[in-house]
Amino acid sequence: MLLLAAALLMQPATEPPVDWDKEFGVEERVRDPATGELPVDPYVQSNANAGATPFTGSAMATAFGGQDGIRRIANRTVELSQADPRLAAIFQAHDMVRLKRTLFEQFCYILNAGCDYSGRDMASSHKDMGVRMRDMNALVENLQAAMREEKVGFAAQNRFLSKLAPMSRDVITR
Amino acid sequence: MDQSLFRSLAPVSLALFCISTPAAAQEASLVDGGKLLLTNGVTTIEGTSGGGVATWSTIAGRETDRGIGLSGHVTLIELPDYGWQSHGVAVGIANRIELSYARQNFDTRDVGTALGLGRGYTLNQDVFAAKLRLAGDVVYGDPLLPQISLGVEHKRNRDAPVARAVGAAHGSGTDVTLSATKLFLSHSVLVNATARLTKANQAGLLGFGSAGDDQHQVQFEGSVAYQLSRRAVIGAEYRTKPDNLAIAREDDWWDLFAAYALTDNLTVTAAYVDLGSIATFDNQRGGFLSAQIAF
Ligand code: HEM
Repeated sequence: MLLLAAALLMQPATEPPVDWDKEFGVEERVRDPATGELPVDPYVQSNANAGATPFTGSAMATAFGGQDGIRRIANRTVELSQADPRLAAIFQAHDMVRLKRTLFEQFCYILNAGCDYSGRDMASSHKDMGVRMRDMNALVENLQAAMREEKVGFAAQNRFLSKLAPMSRDVITR
Repeated sequence: MDQSLFRSLAPVSLALFCISTPAAAQEASLVDGGKLLLTNGVTTIEGTSGGGVATWSTIAGRETDRGIGLSGHVTLIELPDYGWQSHGVAVGIANRIELSYARQNFDTRDVGTALGLGRGYTLNQDVFAAKLRLAGDVVYGDPLLPQISLGVEHKRNRDAPVARAVGAAHGSGTDVTLSATKLFLSHSVLVNATARLTKANQAGLLGFGSAGDDQHQVQFEGSVAYQLSRRAVIGAEYRTKPDNLAIAREDDWWDLFAAYALTDNLTVTAAYVDLGSIATFDNQRGGFLSAQIAF
């Protein structure tokens, strides 16, 4: 950090600032007027991207309050994480509109509550984030808080987490 | 330093400070306290992390893979003829290595008189232990791959003459443990199995080995626990023990426990323990109470 700061300070002040986006031909990303989401690079959509096989039967969907409950849990998890000083830095730079939708779809698909998952797979969606074990634990705590608020029983919470825990292999990258 | 040079450097150092602060704030402190609640286990009678009586593959302290964790504990066991008190500290390094120390004090009360030691004679022992996580994670990763750890416990009985008088061959000894622990989230059940290579008589309080039996033996420690909530867990443990001494029978141990994380840093454990026969006094069943602070 100190070296970087020193390097920044040593740059001659006379040069005009470089527009790197223009330099590399980066297009400015514009939110979709209908969905409010930023575009992402093309990928193959598949339920397999959800990273887990769904539960069978309707018990888990019921325990989570159906699609309405699941949507509130997914949204709340994202909001708690955005506001969480341990995680804010990672979440800030990303599209939370899309994340709320895709996280809902993933939860809903895994809980067998009648959704398909249209997002990316876990490895490619987290690959450049540098997520560590402590970030994963913080996210789990936020998800637990969201599930508690929706009065999901603890055994059902853990059953759901049993589908997510193995994904740590794709999410924790350092 | 020259005054004017200092003055000209001051803004630079201030600028450096301002630039470096926000990024540094994102880094966790060394004592990161990021481990999931209860996944550091509770302190055992040997000062290692585990379930109270059985050692688990868990690593003490609340650190994750880049941090350092600390813990301290006090344990009391009230038995019909004896009183146990132990306390100690442990350090967890990067959720990989655990180093611990515990002091055990075993009050013989009236048994002391019967054994000719004097009323309330207390047997003391120091336990220095190290544990290395070899593979796996209690919670994450392959649901069928447990967290596996290898441990060494070096025990130094501070009353070696008494141990020898009851027939022990040594006043100190070293146990080796190999543990596998997994929380099966789908059932909220944690299972632990530990193999312990040991010569210890009554965990070492009556010394190690005997004239007739001075080999390390493999003993077994098993625990099954059910997670009631993020903060509460109940469980049962069983621990087999050698039976080396000629003058007194030694029984296997078992217990039923409940642990509760009162806060993220303070966990209390209460248990009903059956320690069987100790130095010819049978049916040593009683209460176990332990408090652990962890960061
Ligand atoms: C098992 C745990 C996790 C699951 C199931 C999960 C699930 C998801 C899903 C479904 C997406 C959307 C993928 C897409 O946009 O196509 C996503 C993206 C994201 N996740 Fe996770 N995640 C997990 C862990 C984490 C952790 C630990 C963090 C950070 C602390 C994190 C931060 C993010 C961020 C910032 C995005 C947005 C990525 C982007 O817009 O490019 N996730 N996650």
